[in-house]
Formats: sequence, C-alpha cells, structure tokens
Amino acid sequence: MTDQEILSGLAEIIEEIAGTPADEVTPAANFVDDLDIDSLSMVEIAVAAQDKFGVEIPDEQLKDLKTVQDVVNFVSKNS
Amino acid sequence: MVAGAKILAFGGYQPDKVVTNDDLAKLVDTNDEWIRTRVGIQSRRVARDDETVADMAEAAGAKALAASGLEPSEVDLVIVATCSPEVPLPNVAATVAYRLGIPAPGAYDLNAACAGFCYAIGAASDAVRTGSARNVLVIGAEKMTSWIDWTDRSTCIIFADGAGAAVVSPAADDEPTGIGPVVWGSAGDQANKITITGRNGALAQDGQAVFRWATTAIAPVALEACRRAGVTPADITAFVPHQANLRIIEAIARKLGIPRDRVADDIIHSGNTSSASIPLALARMAEQGRLRPGTPALLIAFGAGLTYASQVITVP
Repeated sequence: MTDQEILSGLAEIIEEIAGTPADEVTPAANFVDDLDIDSLSMVEIAVAAQDKFGVEIPDEQLKDLKTVQDVVNFVSKNS
Repeated sequence: MVAGAKILAFGGYQPDKVVTNDDLAKLVDTNDEWIRTRVGIQSRRVARDDETVADMAEAAGAKALAASGLEPSEVDLVIVATCSPEVPLPNVAATVAYRLGIPAPGAYDLNAACAGFCYAIGAASDAVRTGSARNVLVIGAEKMTSWIDWTDRSTCIIFADGAGAAVVSPAADDEPTGIGPVVWGSAGDQANKITITGRNGALAQDGQAVFRWATTAIAPVALEACRRAGVTPADITAFVPHQANLRIIEAIARKLGIPRDRVADDIIHSGNTSSASIPLALARMAEQGRLRPGTPALLIAFGAGLTYASQVITVP
C-alpha cells in the first residue's frame, strides 16, 4: 500500500466518522487543532483503520499520533 | 413447559432531583459543551441521601405491575439487577417483593453491572419457559451516585440514579414468542477497565478502552441476537442499547444501520443509570408513543465485568 493510498483511505474514514470533508484531510493536518477531532473520534478512526488496513493502533500509541501524516506513517510501518 | 415468554408491561421511576451540567461545572473543572459533545448528557437525576435502591426498585416495580394488570399474588419470582446496593445483604429483591405485597416469591439480586437488565430478562424468560416461575417481576435499580467520587470529572458527569421494571409472563400457545434467545458473554480479561475497589471505594473506569470495546465488540452481539430471533436490523422498530454514552449508542446504531429516530436516547436527560437504563428508556419511549406494540425491539446491554447481553423482544 502506498502512502497515497493510505491517505485517501484515511480521508474516507475521517469523513464518515467525523464528517470532515475528505479534501481537508491533508498530511500536515493536526487532528485536534485543524480537523476538530476529539479523543473519542480518534478511537473510532483507529478502529475503522484497523478494519480497512489490517493494522492495529493501540490506545497507548494513539495519543502520539497528532497529525494525518503520523497515522499514515504508523500504518505504513506496521502493515 | 410453555411455548414462550413475553413482556407484559414496563415501568420506570426517577428521583426528583435534576442535576444539570452547569451544576457539575461548579464541582469539577468541566463545562456543558464538553459534556454534551463527549457523552451526550444534558441533565441527570440524583437520588436523595435517604432514598435507597430498594425504594426506587419498589416504585418502578409497582408501576410495571399496575400496567401489567396482574395482581401481586400472581407473581412468583422477583429479580433485581443491581450493582449499587447500600449493603451486600439482605438482598434488594426480597424487600421489594414484600413491600409490593408479593407473597413469598423467589427473590434474588443479579449483578452483571450495566448489562444486568438483559441478563435478568434472559433469566426470567428461561424461568417462565421451563415452568420454574409463572410471572416474573424484573427490575433494574441503581443508586450509582452513592459510589461516585464527586471530585472525579471523568465519572461524576456520567452516572445517575433510577429504576426500571418489566413483567415477564407466559406467551399463549398460538402466540409468537415475545422474548428471543439471549446472547450473552463476558470478557473477564478486561475486568480492570471498570471497577469499584474497597469498601469505601468509588467507581473508576478506563473510558477510552471501554469506548473502544463498546464500539467494536457490541454491534456483532446485537446482530447475533437478531439472527437468533429470526429478524434483521431492518425489522427493528426500536433499538434500546444501554444508555452509557450517546457517542457509543450512535456508533453502534450506525454499524447496525438502524435509523436515528428508532434509537433510544434517554441518556440525554437521565444520564447513565447502569442496569436501570434500558427499562427506563423503554418506559419513556412507551409514554412518548415511540414504541409500536407487536413489533420487534432490540435490547443490548454492556458494562463492567466486562459483561454483555442482548435479546429481541416483542413490544407489549
């Protein structure tokens, strides 16, 4: 899976869960400050990402993933 | 043996005292907007200091019994689902049965925490079907606020008090079964996620872990309960999950594809009342005309243990 594929898959997930338009989900976007996504939505996104990419993102990792690119990197490294 | 069991009626009781989010903001560092967006609660009910679990159970039980049309003497089993009694013994059920004038029924308390009501409905249905009981009064009653640390803003904003009840009776031979098979289970490896430790302990929970579990593990259980009852989520006219957190409720409903107007949201004005939340929500929906008699409603409860249980019932 390329980073671009992970990014577009992640954008679909975020649009579905948080209602954020997919085109706002850019690599540099910060979940809390730019996308207004709170910790509970992050858990839902992590669970959906696990279904979609087959990569588990545990709660203890989740708090360190602050930007979209952080998640892309995590998925890329662990898939 | 009888063909099946059904629910005759519901009843609910809530304490008079309303506690708003603004009230809580005076006690802990929180605010109305944060609570509404994270847990979906606007206000909750809190029992008086001298109001006991048995008092609330009695009030809800009396309403359900009156609505059922049965005489107290026709009830021969009382099950009280509770995890917040003032003392471990005597149990709540025997006292409540006595106060309601039910003569010498089987009476026991059941602790499956927030999942308790669905466990109790399953046990009541089985007792009726096997002939162990004729009519069962099932009550979920909780005084969660007596086990809350009012300086812990992660829990004191969530939990509340109240009771709800249902009367379970035999279905006639030519009548479809009104209570589907219970699908229940537990995850004891996660026992440490929601706890009260020590005699003077307060409820503590790992909110994020519980949120993750509830939004992943629970929808498949509800689907299995539908499958065993021979219905699909599209057939469900009322979806009544444990009122834990509106975000969890909406996430589960979304996974099941059940439209929002069919989903119980009693948590908004009742808070999380543990084992009382489902019967309270059912009683409220019945009052509001949101239940369609004769159609299938899906119940699912989940909580400390971790425990969970689900069944499809026919709306009385």
